[in-house]
Amino acid sequence: MAGLLQVGVLLAALAAVHKPLGDYMARVFTSTRHLAVERVVYRAVRVDPDREQHWKTYAAGVLGFSFVSIVLLYLIQRLQSVLPFDFGRGPVEPGIAFNTAISFVANTNWQSYVPETVMGHTVQMLGLTVQNFLSAAVGLSVAMALVRGFVRSRTDRLGNFWVDLTRGTVRILLPMAFLFAVVLVGLGVVQSLRSGVDITSVDGRSNHIALAPAASQEVIKELGTNGGGIFNANSAHPFENPNGWTNLIEIFLLLVIPVSLTRTFGTLVGNRRQGYALLSVMTVLWGAMLAVIWWAEAHPNGPAALLAGAGTEGKEVRFGIAGSALFANSTTGTSTGAVNSMHDSYSGLGGGGTMLNMLFGEMTPGGVGTGLYSMLVMAIIAMFLAGLMVGRTPEYLGKKLGRREVTAAAVTILAMPTVLLLGAGIAILLPGTSGYLANSGPHGWSEVLYAYTSASNNNGSAFAGITVTSPWFQSSLGLCMLFGRLIPILAVLCLAGSLAAQKKVPSTSGTLPTTGALFPTLLTGTVVLVAALTFIPALALGPIAEALA
Amino acid sequence: MTTTTDRPAPQHTAERTGRIGAGVFNPRQLLTSLPDALRKLHPRHQVRNPVMFVVWVGSVLSTVFAIGDPDVFTIAVALWLWFTVLFANLAEAVAEGRGKAQAETLRRGKKETVARRLAPDGTEETVPGVSLRIGDLVVVEAGQVIPGDGEIVEGIATVDESAITGESAPVIRESGGDFSSVTGGTTVLSDRIVVRISTKPGESFVDRMIALVEGARRQKTPNEIALTILLSTLTIIFLLAVLTLQPIARHSGSVQSVIVLTALLVCLIPTTIGALLSAIGIAGMDRLVQRNVLATSGRAVEAAGDVSTLLLDKTGTITFGNRRATELIPVGTSTADDLAAAARLSSLADGTPEGRSIVELCARRHGLPAEATEAESAGEFVPFTAQTRMSGIDLDGRLVRKGAASAVRAWVTDQGGESADEVRAVVDRVSAEGATPLVVAEVVAGTPVVHGVVRLSDVVKPRMRDRFAELRSMGIRTVMITGDNPLTARAIADESGVDDFLAEATPEDKMALIRREQEGGWLVAMTGDGTNDAPALAQSDVGVAMNSGTMAAKEAGNMVDLDSDPTKLIEIVEIGKQLLITRGALTTFSVANDLAKYFAILPAMFAGIFPQLDKLNIMNLATPQSAILSAVIFNALVIIGLIPLALRGVRYRPSTANALLRRNLVVYGLGGILTPFVGIWLIDLLVRLIPGIG
Repeated sequence: MAGLLQVGVLLAALAAVHKPLGDYMARVFTSTRHLAVERVVYRAVRVDPDREQHWKTYAAGVLGFSFVSIVLLYLIQRLQSVLPFDFGRGPVEPGIAFNTAISFVANTNWQSYVPETVMGHTVQMLGLTVQNFLSAAVGLSVAMALVRGFVRSRTDRLGNFWVDLTRGTVRILLPMAFLFAVVLVGLGVVQSLRSGVDITSVDGRSNHIALAPAASQEVIKELGTNGGGIFNANSAHPFENPNGWTNLIEIFLLLVIPVSLTRTFGTLVGNRRQGYALLSVMTVLWGAMLAVIWWAEAHPNGPAALLAGAGTEGKEVRFGIAGSALFANSTTGTSTGAVNSMHDSYSGLGGGGTMLNMLFGEMTPGGVGTGLYSMLVMAIIAMFLAGLMVGRTPEYLGKKLGRREVTAAAVTILAMPTVLLLGAGIAILLPGTSGYLANSGPHGWSEVLYAYTSASNNNGSAFAGITVTSPWFQSSLGLCMLFGRLIPILAVLCLAGSLAAQKKVPSTSGTLPTTGALFPTLLTGTVVLVAALTFIPALALGPIAEALA
Repeated sequence: MTTTTDRPAPQHTAERTGRIGAGVFNPRQLLTSLPDALRKLHPRHQVRNPVMFVVWVGSVLSTVFAIGDPDVFTIAVALWLWFTVLFANLAEAVAEGRGKAQAETLRRGKKETVARRLAPDGTEETVPGVSLRIGDLVVVEAGQVIPGDGEIVEGIATVDESAITGESAPVIRESGGDFSSVTGGTTVLSDRIVVRISTKPGESFVDRMIALVEGARRQKTPNEIALTILLSTLTIIFLLAVLTLQPIARHSGSVQSVIVLTALLVCLIPTTIGALLSAIGIAGMDRLVQRNVLATSGRAVEAAGDVSTLLLDKTGTITFGNRRATELIPVGTSTADDLAAAARLSSLADGTPEGRSIVELCARRHGLPAEATEAESAGEFVPFTAQTRMSGIDLDGRLVRKGAASAVRAWVTDQGGESADEVRAVVDRVSAEGATPLVVAEVVAGTPVVHGVVRLSDVVKPRMRDRFAELRSMGIRTVMITGDNPLTARAIADESGVDDFLAEATPEDKMALIRREQEGGWLVAMTGDGTNDAPALAQSDVGVAMNSGTMAAKEAGNMVDLDSDPTKLIEIVEIGKQLLITRGALTTFSVANDLAKYFAILPAMFAGIFPQLDKLNIMNLATPQSAILSAVIFNALVIIGLIPLALRGVRYRPSTANALLRRNLVVYGLGGILTPFVGIWLIDLLVRLIPGIG
C-alpha cells in the first residue's frame, strides 16, 4: 500500500512538472538571446553563438569535446596527489583512471573503484561532478539536434553544439541541481568537505566514517541520469539517501528530465500529441517492468524463502521492497545506474527485469537526451515497417525514411548489441574470467552479462558479485562505454542532418498518424521485439534459466 | 492539349472495379523454373542478397560437417538448408519466368525487318532494319512492317499495333500533330508513309519493353534498398547473437555443434522476406505489364504508391469523350415535340458524336425513328463548317438548322425573322450551368421560327464519385484539368466529386500547377499524350504517356499505357501501394516468426543442461533433434508457401492508413507470431517418425 502511494506521488509530481519544464526547455533551445554568463563562455572558447553548424561540424564538436573531457578527467585523477582535499589518497591508478574518465564522460558512471578510498574531494567536485553536468548536457544537445532535424526543412544547419551545451548546463541543469541540492541537504543528505569523522563505536573499536560533499553531487547524479555515487554504497548509503522522502525525490530527479523532454519534443514539432505518443510508450514499458520487478521481489522462490525474507536481501529496510523496486526500475530505465539496493541479490526474474530495462536500449524513459533520441530512432524503425504496410514510402513527422535515414537508424540500434555481445562473449570465453565471478552457472553469466549490458547502454549500475578491476575488464568495459555512447551519437547526428535537408511531406489521410493509439502500440511492440529477439539467447542461459529454476 | 483517342477503353479496364486482381499462379511454374533456380545457386548470384548469402554459407558449412560426420540429423539439416536457398531461388525464377514468357511473345513479333531507306537524292535502297540510324528516312507501304521507332514526316496510314498493345483495332497515324509517332514492329495496313527513325537499333521501344519485362536490368528501388539495409542489420544482430551463444554455452557446460548453431541462425535471420524480396519487385512490374502498362523503372512504380495529387484530364477520364444531348428546351410557341422533330432532322446527317446523341435523345424521349427514313434521305444536308458553325437539312422547302447560338440567331435574322429575348435567356442559363447550348431553328413557309435549345453536357462516367471518395480516403487529392471555362469546369467538378479543377488550362498552367504541388511536398501523377504535355510529364513524379501519343510524350513520361486509357492512373497508384504493402507485410511476418523458433530451438539446445528450460517447449516437440529440424523445415516451406502471395501481392483495399496498418498488423504481425507455432508443431509430428530423429 505504501508502495502504491509512492508510485502515485511520483507519477503525480511528474505529471505536474513535465509541462512547465518541457516547455521551458523548448524555449531554452529556441531562444535567440544569450545570457551574460553564456557570452563569457562563448568568448572564452572563441565561438560565434549565432553561427549554426552543419551536422558534421556539430558531430566534430561532440567528439572533440568528449575527447578533451576524457583526457582532462584522466589527468585530474592521475595528478590527484598535487590537488587539495586528496587526503593522501594518491594518484588514481591508470586502469581505474582510464575506465573512470570514459565512464563519466559517457554519462555511464560505471565505478570500478571505491570512492571513499580512491577519489578525493577535488577529483570528485572538479572532475566527476563537472562531467555529471556536461555529459548530461551533451545528451540534451544531441537530442535537440535530432529534433531540429524533424522540425526544419531544406537546411544543413542543426544549431550550434557549444550553444546547446552551454544553455543545457547553465539554464537547465545548474539551477535545478542547486534547488534540489538545498532540498536534499534539508532532508539530511551530507554536504561536507571533511574527509570524515573518527568515532569510537560501542564495541570500543575506532572507526573512520567518511564524509563528502554528497548533496551537491547526489542531485546531479540523479538529475543528469549519471549514477556515480560519491560513496561506494551509492544511494543505499544513508549519507546519500537517508530516508524514504529523499529516496522518492531521487527517483523523481532520475525521471524528470527524460519525461519532460517528450513534452519539449511535442512543443517543438508543433504537435504536443506527438510527444505524448512517445511518453505513453515510455510509461507503459516503465510501468510493466516495475510490476514485473516488484512482483518478482515480493514473491521470491517458494514459501520458505518468503518467510525467511529472501526478497529483502540486499535491500535497505528504510526503503523496503517497493522503494527498492521503484528505484531499481527507474535507474535501469533511465541509464542512470545509481542503486539503492544490490541488484545482484534480486531474484532471477527481478534481476533479469533490470537487465531487460537496459537492453531495451535505455529509452524507458532513458537518459537525459539519450532517451528521447533512442526512442525516436526506434520510432523510425517502427514507422519504416508500418509505412511499407500502408503502401507508401515510409515517413515520420513529415520526413521520408529512405536509404540514408534507415542506415543511420540501423547503425544506432546495431551499436549497442554489437559491443555488448562481443564484449560479454569474449569475457566469458577468457580463461581467467570465472576467477572474477562470485557465482558459477547461470548467475555467473548473469553477472558478466549485466556488467557489459550496463556499460554498453551507458547505465553504470553494477550487479556486484563480479570483480572488474583486471586490465581486461577495465579496458573492455571502458571501450563498451565509449562506443556504446559515441557511435549512436554520430549516427543520430547524421540522421538529423539528412532529415533537416529534406522538405516536409504534408500529411493526408494516406499518411499514418503517429498520435492515436495504434502508433504507440506498434512502437512498444517494436522496442520489446527488437530487444527480445536480440537478447533471448543470452538471457536464456542467465536470468531465464534462473527464473525458471 | 490533346487528351484522348477515339478508341474506347478496352473492356477489362472499364469494367474493373478498382481492385488489383490476382495474377494467375500455376504450381507447375515451380517445376519449370527449377533449372533456373539451380543455376542461381552459384555464389556470384547469392552474394547479391545478403540474407540468403548467409544461408548459402550456412548450407556449405553444414554440408562439410554432414560429410565429415554423417548422421541422420546432420544430413537432414544440411539438406533442408539447401532447400531453403533453392526455394528462394525458385521464388525469383518463377517471377522472372512469367516476365520471360511475355518477352518471348514480344520477341516473336519482332521479326527481322527490311527497310526501304530514302537517300538524300530521293532514291530508295533496301537495307536491313538493324542498320538504320537516327535521322534516316524510310518508306513504308501497306502490308509492310515499320522497321524502327520514329515520327511520320509524310503521309497518313492505318497501322496495326497489336504486336505491342494486343489491341486488334487498327489506329490512324499521320504526319504532324499528336498522332505522328510509330513503333517499330507494327504493320502498316493501308497507304504509304515516310518515317524519320528516332532510335538506334537495339534501343527501340520493343527492345526496352523486352528488357523491362525480363527484369534483365532490374535495379533495386529506393525502398527496396532501404529495406535491404534493415534486413542486413537484423542479420548482423542475429549473427552476433548466435556467435556469442557458443562461449556462453561453453560456460554453462553445454557446447553446441556447428550444425545446431547454423540451424538457429538460419531460422532467426529474415529468410522469408529475404527470399521473396526480389520476386515481389519483379511481380509488381509484372502486374503493371499485365495491365498493359510499361514502367521505365521500378522507382516509378514505387513513386506511384506515394502519389498525393492526381491530375486527371476531364475528357475521357472523368467524362465520356464527347458531349451529349441531355435536354430539349422549347421556346415561344414551339412544343417539345416540334423541337425534337426539328432537332432530329437537323442532326440526321451529322456524324459527330454530338449529332448522334441528339438523334438518340429524340428517339429515346420522343419515340422518333433513330434512322433517316427514305423520304428524309432525299433531303439536302448542310454540313457543319467552321465558317457557318451550323449544320442542318433542306427538305421539301423546310430549312432546318442547329448550331451555336450566335450563328443561328444571325441566320434567323438573315431569313427576315427575329430571335426572341426568351431564347437569349435560355442560352445564357444553359451556358451558366456549364453546358453547351445549341439553338434549333427552322424556316417554314418563308417564316423563320426558333424552336428552342438543345443542351449538350459532359456526361460524367458512372461511379466516378465513389472512385474519388476512395482516393480521398487513401489521401490522394484529385485535380481535374480541362480547357473549359471555369463555370463549365465547376459544374463538372461538382457533379463528379473531384477535389479541385484547373479550368482553361494551358500547358504552362499545368506545369505551374505541378510545380506548386511539388513545392508543397506533394507527389504528382498525370497522364498525357501530346507533345505539349511532354514537359509536364517529365516534371511530374509519375507521368503516364498514352501509347497513342507522340514520341516526345512517351520519352518524357516514366510509364506508357498501351491501352491509352487515362483512368488507368488510378490502378497504377494501387499497384504501387500494393507492392510496398507486400514487402512490409512479409517483413513483419518474417520477423514475427522468430519468436516461435526461439521456443522450439532454445529448449532443444539447453534443456539438457538446464532442465527448467524445457518449460519453454510449449509445442511439446519430441526430441531436440526433431525440434530443430522442424524449425528448419518450417522456415524453408514457408518460403514456398508464400510464393503465390509474393507474386499476387497482398490484398489491398483503398482505405485510410490507420485501417490498413491495423489489418496488416493483425494478419501478418499476429499471424506471423502464431503461424509457426502451429506449423512447427505439425511438422514435428511427422519428423519425429524418422528413425534417428524422433
